[in-house]
Amino acid sequence: MPKIMKKKYIINIIAVAMVFLLLCLLFDTGLLGRKAAYFNGLVTIGMFYTIIVCSLNLLTGYMGEFSLGHAGFMSIGAYTSAIATTLISDHAELPNIVLYLLAIVIGGLAAAIVGVLVGIPALRLSGDYLCIVTVAVAEIVRVILSNFGIPAITGSATFGKSFAGIAKVSDYHYVFITMVICITVMYCYIRSRYGRALISIREDRIAAAASGINVTKTKVMTFTISAAFAGVAGAIYAHYITTLVPTYFNFSKSSEFLAIVILGGSGSMTGSIVAAPILSALPQLISYVFPEFASYRMLIYAIVLVVVMIFKPSGLFGGKEFSLPNLLLDRNYRKKKVSLDENKA
Amino acid sequence: MTKLIQSLMYGLNLGSIYALTALGYTMVYGIIRMINFAHGDFIMVGGFTLFYTIPVMKNMGLPLWFAVVVAIGVCVVVGVLTEQIAYKPVRGQGSTTALITALGMSLVLENGALVLFGSAPRNVPPMFSLPTIELLGASIPGQTLLTLAIGIIVMVILSFFIKYTKLGKAMRAVPEDKVASTLVGINVNKIITITFAIGSGLAAIASMMYTTSYVSIKNELGISLGLKAFVAAVLGGIGSVAGAMIGGLLLGIVEILVKVYMLPGTYEAVTYLILIVVLLVRPTGLLGKAVSEKV
Repeated sequence: MPKIMKKKYIINIIAVAMVFLLLCLLFDTGLLGRKAAYFNGLVTIGMFYTIIVCSLNLLTGYMGEFSLGHAGFMSIGAYTSAIATTLISDHAELPNIVLYLLAIVIGGLAAAIVGVLVGIPALRLSGDYLCIVTVAVAEIVRVILSNFGIPAITGSATFGKSFAGIAKVSDYHYVFITMVICITVMYCYIRSRYGRALISIREDRIAAAASGINVTKTKVMTFTISAAFAGVAGAIYAHYITTLVPTYFNFSKSSEFLAIVILGGSGSMTGSIVAAPILSALPQLISYVFPEFASYRMLIYAIVLVVVMIFKPSGLFGGKEFSLPNLLLDRNYRKKKVSLDENKA
Repeated sequence: MTKLIQSLMYGLNLGSIYALTALGYTMVYGIIRMINFAHGDFIMVGGFTLFYTIPVMKNMGLPLWFAVVVAIGVCVVVGVLTEQIAYKPVRGQGSTTALITALGMSLVLENGALVLFGSAPRNVPPMFSLPTIELLGASIPGQTLLTLAIGIIVMVILSFFIKYTKLGKAMRAVPEDKVASTLVGINVNKIITITFAIGSGLAAIASMMYTTSYVSIKNELGISLGLKAFVAAVLGGIGSVAGAMIGGLLLGIVEILVKVYMLPGTYEAVTYLILIVVLLVRPTGLLGKAVSEKV
């Protein structure tokens, strides 16, 4: 490994560790006092949003296809993991960390299986048609969850139209580490052989196929990975909120995820990482800071979305990645960036 | 048998609501290749206009159907404003931007209604008081038949308009080839605005039909109705006017039949399942033209 790469890895690891320590400082030392629980909630929600938004960015930014059904995959992960952990914890006392790990693995796997099953036929379509099929899948999942509850499979949890009494094991320490691992895996996937193949398919499907890339396989694999991470996010959500309602995972939720991807910058992982926590917390923060505007919060959010689309349709990061090591180590980085922009214009 | 006729009539009624809404989707999609997610919310706007204008009409002693004229006016204004303010600047920016802008406008209308009217469902006062009619032994409310008739008449008029008038021909020419239509003297921007106006007007008529049959309206009305109507448009073949009508009617009948004869809670799932199957077997929909892919 070249020395410069080593340096860059070390800077990134230090940066991630510093964010983690900052969170620990804020929430574990009682610095925020009584408000700690509120902000803790915002941060945890922001973290599972980051996972699902990044997973959707895999599809939107790198495969060039939309999914307006990611809330569906999320609900599959959420419900499956919740049923599993409820059944398990009824029979055996497990430490929280084990239960949490089981939840995210089961949630991710369940969503991945559905992702394969949906992806193989659906990825024959593309563009708006694929988009509407993902909406249809998510709606079917939602209708099934709203109608076919397994009545009280366990003693402690009730499962029907809503599912209450899920073990609260999504501690923000675990969630943060999960988020970092998920993002690293997705980032490595994009930089890998498969990721490069994926980008070449986005640019020109026929040319990619002609140079020996298995288009269907790459697309289905990406769709599955994306669904799996959505499932992981769902599992985290279920074990944080502890009560699941099928209507939460509706079309509006899916469109919110897609909107965050686009606002952050489609094709920019760092864009999603910055945009997801801010935009997921924004409506809550508006009503927290200005209670008199509480009823306007979603309206403001929507107007911001439209205005950004009109004036900067490429989103916050516009398909570029932000790199902390480059910013620190490469003195010409800023200059280079500017000159690149000029060339583009 | 009675039950079947009754459900078929209800299905046709629901289907013509879907069909009128789907027409708006299909015409806009045909002309600018954008799923106008805000279209469902135009129906909500129409519904609230009816809710507020019907009592006014009653007080002023005017015939109640005047409220529909007002609703059409309001919907056309909202539709054209949406197009001019939000969609026109992003035209040519690619399908992603258009899609997100449409989603954003849908959210703006929905949450604007939430701020203005609150989240509680409202009951629209009845516009027509007609006797229940016996048809082949099935009793059907008069207003269901009347709205069904209005819906079918509107669709027939629209078909003739698109087929025979100069404006209608221009509306068919623009989706075929924008540059060529500009060359023969069609003002493309004007045609797009007119398409939005007609689509929104149809949405107002759909909201009249919806409120006479289902009474209760809410700021979130547009999402589910709009999605279902879009499914109808895709089923029929998006971009095709006749397809939207057939798709809408078909969807309405299937939904009511599933509701009556099968599990009532699952009719939405059946709708979407039909969509998936149709798209996989015939990706362009029932009446859609196959688009050859650019190589």
